[in-house]
Amino acid sequence: MIRFDHVSKRYPGGKEALTNVNFELDQSEMVFLTGHSGAGKSTLMKLIIMMERPSQGQVFVQGLNLNRLGRRHIPDIRRNVGVVFQNHQLLFDRTVFDNVALPLTISGYQPREIGRRVRAALSKVGLADKEKHYPVTLSGGEQQRVGIARAVVNKPPLLLADEPTGNLDPGLSQEIMNLFQQFNQVGVAVMIASHDLALVEAMGHRQIILSDGRLEA
Amino acid sequence: MNRDSDKVTSRADARRPLGAKTPNNKFAGASTHSLRGLDIIRSYFANHRLVAKQTIQNLIRSFGTSTMTWMVIGVALGLPAMLFILLDNAEGLGGDWQGKPGISVYLQVDVSESEGRLLAQRLAAEPEFIDARYISAAQALEEFKEHSGFDEVLNSLPGNPLPAVIDIEPDDVSTIELKMSVQRLQELSAVESVSIDLEWIERLIALVTLGERFVLALAIFLGLGVLLSIGNTIRLAIENRRAEIEIIKLVGGTDRFVRRPFLYLGFWYGIGGALFAWLMVQGSLLFLSAPIEDLIYSYRGEFAVKGMGLLGSAMLFLTGAGLGVVGAGLAVGRHLHEIEPS
Repeated sequence: MIRFDHVSKRYPGGKEALTNVNFELDQSEMVFLTGHSGAGKSTLMKLIIMMERPSQGQVFVQGLNLNRLGRRHIPDIRRNVGVVFQNHQLLFDRTVFDNVALPLTISGYQPREIGRRVRAALSKVGLADKEKHYPVTLSGGEQQRVGIARAVVNKPPLLLADEPTGNLDPGLSQEIMNLFQQFNQVGVAVMIASHDLALVEAMGHRQIILSDGRLEA
Repeated sequence: MNRDSDKVTSRADARRPLGAKTPNNKFAGASTHSLRGLDIIRSYFANHRLVAKQTIQNLIRSFGTSTMTWMVIGVALGLPAMLFILLDNAEGLGGDWQGKPGISVYLQVDVSESEGRLLAQRLAAEPEFIDARYISAAQALEEFKEHSGFDEVLNSLPGNPLPAVIDIEPDDVSTIELKMSVQRLQELSAVESVSIDLEWIERLIALVTLGERFVLALAIFLGLGVLLSIGNTIRLAIENRRAEIEIIKLVGGTDRFVRRPFLYLGFWYGIGGALFAWLMVQGSLLFLSAPIEDLIYSYRGEFAVKGMGLLGSAMLFLTGAGLGVVGAGLAVGRHLHEIEPS
């Protein structure tokens, strides 16, 4: 599903965020990306959805070499990868429904199909009764779940989450993690960046550990 | 959602190769939930309709600010439109005469009425003239009294100061032919002088041509102004919606999708501006037409001020919409690439 081949990323200004990273994520696998803050977790994820380009090496997503894809193809990649952000990235002037519907609207689905899929995604994350609410009226955990619903509404084969439990209490964090596990169980490959080591250990999936931009064995 | 069916579609979707355009690739058809050809076209237009509706609704919601922009564009579109219409009317004024410049032959005072009538008949029979009409001195005086309102002054004069005239309608209206006819007529012994109402028509045409060029230049300048002011308004709108653009790009929105609402925004600014221009022009014409018609009437008679008409109105709205979309396109092209999620 994902393959990093000797990938390095150096930002303008000289800071090397990733150094010679090699790893693979199988189809339907769930993996945790851990490491201290600043270790390069976010950069690694940004490379997968082409928010950044590697300075060296190659990134493959579903067998496609991202280096070979032009700017024009970025939307196609992103439509096939559901991403959950730590800061949610919701549109605050739109309802929960419209936020979750966004990826479907972009792909040009019929309103009836959009309604069906959005409600399915919202009920999956337990927010079926909040579709008409605006994000500001929701708690942090609920906002995060809106973000998750939006990430999966498209049924992408790959789900990325960058510190999805960053601001949540342990109980909520566990709930969110269970949710990701459920998606993984129906065949979605999941990669979660987290520094909540206790929680990660408890979940018991493979870990990819970054330290100063390098992979630890 | 049923978990089994979920599994099936996820797997089906997973087989879909990345990079291919998701909705309209062949593999997408394998999944029961995927988009089919007709649906894509339908939803494409549905999205256009939706975006068009949402943008105009947003504009109406912020009516005060929108109206300001509409009026700025309206003035810039309305001024050249107004001038074009006035020119068109001036051209029409010249056009009435243009086809048949008359020749007035003033006869010597000692030519009798019967001699004059005979001459008129002879001239009318000539092939280069269509008609020749004799107007006696008395008739001329009557007509002059009627039109000028100087009857008291004229009555106080001892005799009739006006000569008899033969009004000729020439067949060939080209300048050279006319001048030759004039020369020939002048040589006749009964003729005092000959005048043609041609020179002022030439001058009018030259003036109208000059005016057209001037208005065209003005229209280009003001059109550029419309383009820039719409561009600037759109640039601000883009800046205001930076976060939204970033999020749309993050979840896979194409440039075209991101651009669409801004192009519609430009379109509606243009249409609204054209509407204001149209109201201003029609209002001004209503205001001006009565005095203009009175003025023309005092000179020679019937004249109806031409309005914008259907074609003119259509042109105005097309120009507005076109400038709006192009202005928005320029702004979007310049600024949208700068906004990338980070």
